[in-house]
Amino acid sequence: MSSEPKGMFGVGGTGDTSGFGGLVRRRSAVLEAQRPYGGDFDEIVDALEEAYPGLGDALERVVVDRGELTLHIVPSKIAEVCQTMRDDMALRFELLSSVSGVDYLGTDERRLHIVYQLTSMTYRRRIRLECAVTADDPRLPSVTSVYPTADWQERETYDMFGVIFEGHPNLTRILMPDDWEGYPQRKDYPLGGVPVEYKGAEIPPPDQRRAYK
Amino acid sequence: MSENVGYAPERETTEGKVFTVTGGDWDDVVSGTDPIHDEKIVVNMGPQHPSTHGVLRLVLELEGETVTDCRLVVGYLHTGIEKNLEYRNWIQGTTFVTRMDYLAPIFNETGYSLAVEKLLGISDRIPERANTIRVLMMELNRISSHLVWLATTGMELGALSMMIYGFREREFILDIFELCSGLRMNMAYVRPGGVAQDMPPEAIKKIREFLGFMPKRIREYEDLLSGQPIWKARTQGVAVLDVTGCMSLGITGPVLRSAGLGWDLRKTMPYCGYETYEFDVPTQTSADVWARYQVRLAEMRESLKIVEQCMDRLKPGPVMIEDKKIAWPAQLAVGVDGLGNSLEHIAKIMGQSMESLIHHFKLVTEGFRVPAGQVYVQIESPRGELGIHAVSDGGTRPYRVHYREPSFVNLQAIPAMAEGGLLADVIAGGASLDPVMGGCDR
Repeated sequence: MSSEPKGMFGVGGTGDTSGFGGLVRRRSAVLEAQRPYGGDFDEIVDALEEAYPGLGDALERVVVDRGELTLHIVPSKIAEVCQTMRDDMALRFELLSSVSGVDYLGTDERRLHIVYQLTSMTYRRRIRLECAVTADDPRLPSVTSVYPTADWQERETYDMFGVIFEGHPNLTRILMPDDWEGYPQRKDYPLGGVPVEYKGAEIPPPDQRRAYK
Repeated sequence: MSENVGYAPERETTEGKVFTVTGGDWDDVVSGTDPIHDEKIVVNMGPQHPSTHGVLRLVLELEGETVTDCRLVVGYLHTGIEKNLEYRNWIQGTTFVTRMDYLAPIFNETGYSLAVEKLLGISDRIPERANTIRVLMMELNRISSHLVWLATTGMELGALSMMIYGFREREFILDIFELCSGLRMNMAYVRPGGVAQDMPPEAIKKIREFLGFMPKRIREYEDLLSGQPIWKARTQGVAVLDVTGCMSLGITGPVLRSAGLGWDLRKTMPYCGYETYEFDVPTQTSADVWARYQVRLAEMRESLKIVEQCMDRLKPGPVMIEDKKIAWPAQLAVGVDGLGNSLEHIAKIMGQSMESLIHHFKLVTEGFRVPAGQVYVQIESPRGELGIHAVSDGGTRPYRVHYREPSFVNLQAIPAMAEGGLLADVIAGGASLDPVMGGCDR
């Protein structure tokens, strides 16, 4: 966090919640955990080190926060790491619960983070893998060959953040129209701002309507 | 053709002849085609179709009545809720997320609240009564959601009376919700820190009444459907998806349990104190639509058991966290025009304490700050694992909230269930997943 808390509730600025006043974003806290990580987390990382000898090159950092373990993985290695996470008997993360993205605009070059939530039903554990890519070259391998469930979720992440999953069988937009321009969940993409045509009449976006000027 | 006004006309394309079918006899429609040379027909089903549970579009390639290829198109109900959340404060987020999966609003709210509480580090300080009310409301909501599933699936497979009975009982549950929160759906009742307001005594009475008649009603549904030859023929051995298929496609909830794996987050990764309740996780092994029907019926019975236990545990006490920096300084009351702040409270802060008024104003307009970090919280919704990935940058608004919606993930299973089967079984298979497009598209 870069800004000092101000006022009773620590809020600076206008306090505008309409979304049209423009928002100032803080940086997110970057934490790095050292061993021992506590709980099952040491076991998980040990097992991964044993099963995946190249982990030293693939692991960027380990974060333990609020009882959750996050491994930051080098993007090009994510499919291999997932394969090991799924197949190794000591890890057994059989289910890929979720794939999504977060745009940390303004932190560093590699602002687009792709977040994988893995679940081990055998050991009842959860882990988060995170990859960071740049907005100029947002590419990383798809994990659909390891977890077929990633198919739609990677498409959604592509749709919303423009991240290109190499090796995905059909990487097209899924929620937005096929001919949409831009990636709506990126932080530099404004809220609203698109005129809508309905029955021949064009309705201006909310921030450009007369009442808001 | 005069009766087809407003629809696309029949036309020749390079791919073959295009028909628009809005009813009528299939033989008349295809009478113009040559069955020897045109073996393959591509059927576009939806997005406006009564059995697509909203606006799901299926593109089916048929040979005769056999589906050879199935593609799904979603996104017709995308409303950008996740983006909008980033422009509202953390409390206002409840009002948005409740509108995602509109058949399970309490689950969306509870999942969101649990995520915010975990980010704030106040998970242990939620009052006992608030937790009990959350569980109570979630289980009532699970029953109402399963009832809608039973009602609509019954309708789609030809059991029309089931629809009327299912919606009748669901309406009773919605009345209970209205008594508690002021709204039938999209209540924003569960909030970070607790619940919006306490349950009135009438609601308790109404829940008791519900518990009295519901077990009998579930038996009636079983009497109506389970022995019926058409229902059996349409569900048994249809749309089979085994555990391996479920795991690789990420399918959770009743569909996974119908394949034999008793994975229920209420048992395996408990939250809201579920570990202290006594209930079973029903499973089946035949992995077909019939098994999913059996699992859902049994789950309704288990939910009734949990509601019963909640009723015994409801002891008077606060329903919102004590922390005045998080809890809204409000005594909400259901008034004639809906939910609002109680008049006594308004009179007090307006007339007696300027500081209370300022505090109220700042907390409601700007909201509380949430320490930077990210969490992933998962709960068992009626459709499977509902996961909430919430990221805070230390500010008063969510930096990013992503919903892992079971409807979205589960829909990927339709091609696996449908391809190689009959066209009519696409309907049964799709319905057995219980997709809600509001949740899928968000």
